[in-house]
Amino acid sequence: MKALFALTAAVAATALPFILPGPFYIGIATQILAYGLFAMSVNVLAGYGGMVSLGHAAFLGIAAYAYALLVGAYSLSPASAAIVTLFIGTAAAAVFGLIALRTSGLSFLMITLALGQIVWGIAFRYTDLTNGDNGLNLSPDQALVVDPFGLYFLCLAVVVISFGLIAVLFRSPLGAAIKGVRDQPRRMNTLGFDTWALRYLTYVLSGLFATVAGILYVQVFRFISPHALSLAVSSEAVLMVIAGGIGTLFGPLLGAGVVVLLKNVASAYTDRWPTLLGCIFLFIILAMPDGLLPGAKRVLRNFLRVFNIGTRDSSHLAETQRAK
Amino acid sequence: MIALELNRLSKSFGGLHVIQDVSFSVMAGERRLILGPNGAGKTTLFNLIAGDLRPSDGTVSLEGKNVSRLPTHKRAAQGIGRTFQILTLFPKETVLRNVMLAGLGRSRDRWRPFGSLDTDQARREEAMDILGSVMLDHLAMKQVSETSYGEQRRLEIAMALAQRPKVLLLDEPLAGLSKEERKGVEQLLLALPRSLTVVMIEHDMDVALGFADRIALLQNGKLLVDGSRDEVIADPKTREAYLAN
Repeated sequence: MKALFALTAAVAATALPFILPGPFYIGIATQILAYGLFAMSVNVLAGYGGMVSLGHAAFLGIAAYAYALLVGAYSLSPASAAIVTLFIGTAAAAVFGLIALRTSGLSFLMITLALGQIVWGIAFRYTDLTNGDNGLNLSPDQALVVDPFGLYFLCLAVVVISFGLIAVLFRSPLGAAIKGVRDQPRRMNTLGFDTWALRYLTYVLSGLFATVAGILYVQVFRFISPHALSLAVSSEAVLMVIAGGIGTLFGPLLGAGVVVLLKNVASAYTDRWPTLLGCIFLFIILAMPDGLLPGAKRVLRNFLRVFNIGTRDSSHLAETQRAK
Repeated sequence: MIALELNRLSKSFGGLHVIQDVSFSVMAGERRLILGPNGAGKTTLFNLIAGDLRPSDGTVSLEGKNVSRLPTHKRAAQGIGRTFQILTLFPKETVLRNVMLAGLGRSRDRWRPFGSLDTDQARREEAMDILGSVMLDHLAMKQVSETSYGEQRRLEIAMALAQRPKVLLLDEPLAGLSKEERKGVEQLLLALPRSLTVVMIEHDMDVALGFADRIALLQNGKLLVDGSRDEVIADPKTREAYLAN
């Protein structure tokens, strides 16, 4: 069922740019994919790893700045810059993880916030390198793809591959161990799992996906400024994940879609779109506390139950027989 | 052969001496009961053996090997399994998956980033066998949150057994159970293979004394009496410290 849904979504996403009326809307769809991947990276950490970070935009920003500097100041080709950026972003995550994972819970939240603010401060103040608040621009020849169609499909391909990797990983024994550490760290430790190593691996993996999102981000906007590393971007990504459904595969993409659409569409009609965004989040949290995706599933299940459609024998005894 | 040996084990939290100079050894296959009134330091002693706490002084040895410096997960790999007084299960998962996950802890497969835990037939069969041994196989596909407290207590033991431990630490396995449920768990404890060394904290004297070969009595973090079941029961210090209560 999940595979069928994923396949349908992939086909719909492939057809989307041909249906959309113009490059502006394709641009919005591309933004959804880039932010969606960033939200997926936050979901790896928060949803599967149980570690909520308020500094994850640091990896998005480090990747975007690294790419812009490599193609600009160091004159690397876009493809080479993207590869080197992957290593830089992952190395940053590996270093930050060593610091952040000395803590857990609220302290982890605070230390990630502090790390994020340090990186933001460097981006803002180290003007010789980052051009400060004015940011860095990418000329068309410095981007991997310029054409809106090409960029959309590049982002789609990267998101589909990342989605597949995350799906395979969190279905695997390693994924089960990571989720086990999220739910019962003490028990997992007693069972022989190295909980610190599993958390560290999750953190670095999440940083890697955020790095890829950062590379896409700088392709989409062809501009990077300290705003991309700000607390607002980190917390927005957490909200995307919560709104879509934390710990679900599709949820972060859905959450990113809601936020990016609201930002781009509602801001055309009113300056008070952040208020509207806040009201929508409030509604989601109150009406569907698990997020849009699990909430929609629950509504559908209740609907099917009320109308007695597709109910099946859920007897655990029957399933136990099958297990035997 | 000595399976577990505590040598002058101490643990202090600031000025509070929770465990003081405790030494005893548990032979392979022995059933050892840890007795003591509330606050005697029984669970702290378990935490020191399992590695959740580092001792302030003294050593813990497993089959002659000093494991005092090893973290919890490495001690588990060496053969120390435990249950908790407060249930630490995965309530949203099925009973079967809880046991499969427990078995995964001692396998290199725990680092495998592909494939599926659910389709691992060998692990599934092994987990079903363990569930059979604790009489939970009929609930294998039931979500843990939908099972009774007594069943969850048995699952707690099943998860520890799935680790294939050399020394099993049982922290009040009968806590909170009804009379009926106690009988079930008691049968399960008595049926544990003799090749397994068991150290148990339990307040239910009827079950605990029937189970134990030897008893260590703690009071205020100190080892008050250590000996065979009959010796400890007959010792006036036991009556004074514990049984009189």
